[in-house]
Amino acid sequence: MSEQNNTPAPLVELKNVTFSRGDRLIYDDISMSFPKGKVTAIMGPSGIGKTTLLRLIGGQLRPDSGEILVADKNIPSLSRSELYKAREKMSMLFQSGALFTEMSVFDNVAFPIREHTKLPEDIIRSMVLMKLESVGLRGARDLMPNELSGGMARRAALARSIALDPELIMYDEPFVGQDPISMGVLVRLIKSLNNSLNLTSIVVSHDVKELMSIADYIYIIAEKRVIGHGTKEQLLASESPLVQQFLKGEADGPVPFHFNASPLAEDLM
Amino acid sequence: MNWIQHLGRNAIDRVAAIGRASMMLFGAIFGKPNFVKGFPLLVKQLYVVGVLSLIIILVSGLFIGMVLALQGYTVLVGYGAEGSLGQMVSLSLLRELGPVVTALLFAGRAGSALTAEIGLMKATEQLTSLEMMAVDPLKRIIAPRFWAGVISMPILALMFSSIGLLGGHLVGVEWLGVDSGGFWSVMQASVDFEKDVLNGVIKSIVFAIVVTWIAIFKGYDAIPTSEGISQATTQTVVQSSLAVLGFDFVLTALMFG
Repeated sequence: MSEQNNTPAPLVELKNVTFSRGDRLIYDDISMSFPKGKVTAIMGPSGIGKTTLLRLIGGQLRPDSGEILVADKNIPSLSRSELYKAREKMSMLFQSGALFTEMSVFDNVAFPIREHTKLPEDIIRSMVLMKLESVGLRGARDLMPNELSGGMARRAALARSIALDPELIMYDEPFVGQDPISMGVLVRLIKSLNNSLNLTSIVVSHDVKELMSIADYIYIIAEKRVIGHGTKEQLLASESPLVQQFLKGEADGPVPFHFNASPLAEDLM
Repeated sequence: MNWIQHLGRNAIDRVAAIGRASMMLFGAIFGKPNFVKGFPLLVKQLYVVGVLSLIIILVSGLFIGMVLALQGYTVLVGYGAEGSLGQMVSLSLLRELGPVVTALLFAGRAGSALTAEIGLMKATEQLTSLEMMAVDPLKRIIAPRFWAGVISMPILALMFSSIGLLGGHLVGVEWLGVDSGGFWSVMQASVDFEKDVLNGVIKSIVFAIVVTWIAIFKGYDAIPTSEGISQATTQTVVQSSLAVLGFDFVLTALMFG
């Protein structure tokens, strides 16, 4: 991987990871590396387990074999308490936002701070307000999650996931179901938070255009393995037909339009 | 052959579910408790699970006591034994109806709500996000709800029996004209604290554990879709009602048999 020689040391590394769910093989011996302080994107068709990858990094799932290193700790080999300790340094933004519905926006953002620190309430208040300010929702602190629009809910969840200043933040399909304006807001937020807080970001998505604009490095996954990786320019210049099909959004190609089936004529007879 | 396969699969699934349920409960209630953080959560759940169930429990208790007195009177008066009405009402309530009907109502009122709430938390990824925030959902979500159910149901059952007795008194004495002093003194003479009251409480503690355990496990184990949650909620009510009736028979046989 000569193109990575000038990138900073990786915060997260997957080494020869194989993972299957029941009898179904999801990942076949994949290796990836996520450099510190950068935005790395993982793209791929839906239904291939991109979210699964984040769960593997977060230690919610265990791979069949291989190593998953986060800050030099092998996540699958950690004990439960070590894993919880490691998770305090990472956070994850879920597709749905996953705000706690019985708490206000303010309490949602304050939740991880109250859980993991013994800070006095007035300091928590300033911390929460600063986080909310950075996502533009300081004015919405007293609203309940069901009073927020989809985009606002995701931003509130983002404020919650950076509440304890993690080193690593994982975004699970952050752009799904967003209108163009809130999509643009989220794209800008991901990039600016990454730079201002010196985070390491992993963004899982299939919105090619949005990801291309913010990602420093891109992995494309399909068919249980990494089919292409590199910077935006490297990928656009790639000769792999699979990569080209994905980036251009063509319906048929190496990834077939039709689900496995017997020939149509046979079926209709 | 197919149905044997089906039977075997079913049995294995069931045993596996019991295993998962035990692991969940074990994870929730064993280990170092954190009273400072846990107590406010418990109080909130006691309110949601216990206090909010009060109305249905009290109204049902009152009416069941009234019906018991009415039915009992029409039978007893035929033998000229209407003076024993107090004994009949009190023993029926304390030994059987208090714990059992409370548990059934509790399963419908609080159990189904617990399942739906936890199931929805799972479906909206709130449980996973707790885990990713390094907060154990078993301790944070499951444990307070379990303890709230176990604590509140025996109290609710005692309240059910008490207000049922008042209902019986209302119909038997005020309406049908049974002697008030006789009503209470027969009751006092025939009800044994250990044998009747305490056994009733033990029954309702067992029911509380069973119903709450089923309710939270069904939610925790629900398939995170709208259909899965509706199924889980139905299963909670059906399975915990059946379990209550089954346990009731066994416990009655052990206590009074």
